Amino acid sequence: MSDNTVSGESILRIRGLTKRFGGLVAVSNVSLDLHVGEVHVVIGPNGAGKTTLTNLLSGDLPPTSGEVMFEDRNIAGCTSDHISRLGIGRSYQKTNIFLPFTVFENCRLAAQSRTPHALRVFQPAEGYAEINRRAEEAMAAAGLSHRAGRVAATLSHGEQRQLEIAMCLATQPRVLLLDEPLAGMGPHESQRMVELIKKLTADHAIMLIEHDMDAVFALAHRLTVMVNGEVLESGTPAEVRSSPAVQLAYLGGEELLHD
Amino acid sequence: MNSRLQQFLPWFVLGLLALFPLVESTFYMQLLTKMLIMGIFAMSLDLLVGYTGLVSFGHAAYFGLAGYALALMTPKYEAVSLWWSLPAAIGVCALFALITGMLVLRTRGIYFIMVTLAFAQMLFFVFHDTKLGGGSDGAYIYVKPALKLGDFDLANLEKPEQFYWLALFLMAATYLLLHRVLGSSFGRALLGIKVNEHRMRALGFPVFRYQLASFTLSGALAGIAGYLAAVQYGFVNPEILSWHQSGAVLMMVILGGMGTLYGSVIGACVFVLLQEVLSNQAWFGVAAKHWQLAMGIFIILVALYLPQGLAGLAQKFRSKPVTEVADE
Repeated sequence: MSDNTVSGESILRIRGLTKRFGGLVAVSNVSLDLHVGEVHVVIGPNGAGKTTLTNLLSGDLPPTSGEVMFEDRNIAGCTSDHISRLGIGRSYQKTNIFLPFTVFENCRLAAQSRTPHALRVFQPAEGYAEINRRAEEAMAAAGLSHRAGRVAATLSHGEQRQLEIAMCLATQPRVLLLDEPLAGMGPHESQRMVELIKKLTADHAIMLIEHDMDAVFALAHRLTVMVNGEVLESGTPAEVRSSPAVQLAYLGGEELLHD
Repeated sequence: MNSRLQQFLPWFVLGLLALFPLVESTFYMQLLTKMLIMGIFAMSLDLLVGYTGLVSFGHAAYFGLAGYALALMTPKYEAVSLWWSLPAAIGVCALFALITGMLVLRTRGIYFIMVTLAFAQMLFFVFHDTKLGGGSDGAYIYVKPALKLGDFDLANLEKPEQFYWLALFLMAATYLLLHRVLGSSFGRALLGIKVNEHRMRALGFPVFRYQLASFTLSGALAGIAGYLAAVQYGFVNPEILSWHQSGAVLMMVILGGMGTLYGSVIGACVFVLLQEVLSNQAWFGVAAKHWQLAMGIFIILVALYLPQGLAGLAQKFRSKPVTEVADE
């Protein structure tokens, strides 16, 4: 059911991914593919296992079984720092930044993670032009350049969400796992975030978890619906929209997926 | 103007301290030497507590180990060369920190505190219950290390003022080293780990390796302090490895203000000075015996009213003129 639209050049192939917490199966036999140039949106009611799925892919949690193939390597069970260095970046549903640091330092630190300068312990941290440039690019991409000197704790909620994405971008990932980037944002900020994700689609493979249906249909190339840890339906937005199973189980007859 | 003052103040203080032996008595010089040594010790712990977010309750292990290393390296009636005995003592501490670090860094929070304490206690009983370092009686270092360049005596450490200068030099060197290291990418990564370890990992930092490097450096620097303390007293016993010692240095860091380096030195100085004053029987009579009680009250007051330690007090005074200028 889920594999019929998959072409050959997927960058991340997930097969039979399962996570059990004791008796609870949070993620059950999930298979999906991510492609560069595509946004794969995962939707589903609260508790469907979307964030757990993200945690399994980013290494925050080890899967119970199944495989995650990243460029012909199984990375299931690798540590999160290892997976990040391979080129898979993630943002968090709950803002997860360095609150006492400035916006620039948050991004600089993220960019620093890509260059092993740790041994040069007598060089001032700000002395690397390449790292500074990447940090500035990431801030510019997320629309935060004008806040560079501000302490992260003093930013608005929406700006903190933007910083979350900027830090992720500063690590120059090829796969982006975005866990509800629009959560708690105003309409104006949401619109900007949607534009940013659209722009990033060109050279990234993106998995997006989102509740905002306007954003979902503005961005999705592929759509996967999860219920109770399982994939209920997966395909193009049009296919999913017309699926009777989705209409029944997830939408309960509501008019969420109308044009 | 203010930032220039900030730049020159440490050098000014350092200059004053260097001139101290010219005007004062041996007693105060030795007290000041002790403060400087404890300053090194406290700074080494601040690297862990204030900059890496690891609260160690077993830091005396490295301090004491270096002291015992010197005692064991010193021949009975001869001086050992400082040129190799100091690096050797530091090396032993670094190695011990590297090995214990690999184990203790698998724990966090309260467990980390307990496991570091456990390792220090193990070392305490190794020296307390075996003949290795003279058991519970300890061991004497009859001859202080020699600091020679060829046949020329660079310094005679038997003379209090020359030993004082050595301690002052090593304290300044430790401060400068840590200041540089903490301003580097490595130092920034440590701070990041302290603030949000989980996010550092998600950004791709091998957190364990950074923590282990910090733990090892911290142990090595504590070794400098332990070596100097053993030279100063000419004597080591298991007490220098005890949890009281680990607690004292932790109090110095908290008293001074975590994560500031110079605060640790201030904390160490105030702690040593208070200990000296409060236990002075001529001034406090019977109460002098219970100096820990007064010390405890003082530390509670600082914790209540100066949560950022004595360094926080300095920052309060410093920020005043800035706001006044801004108001004009």
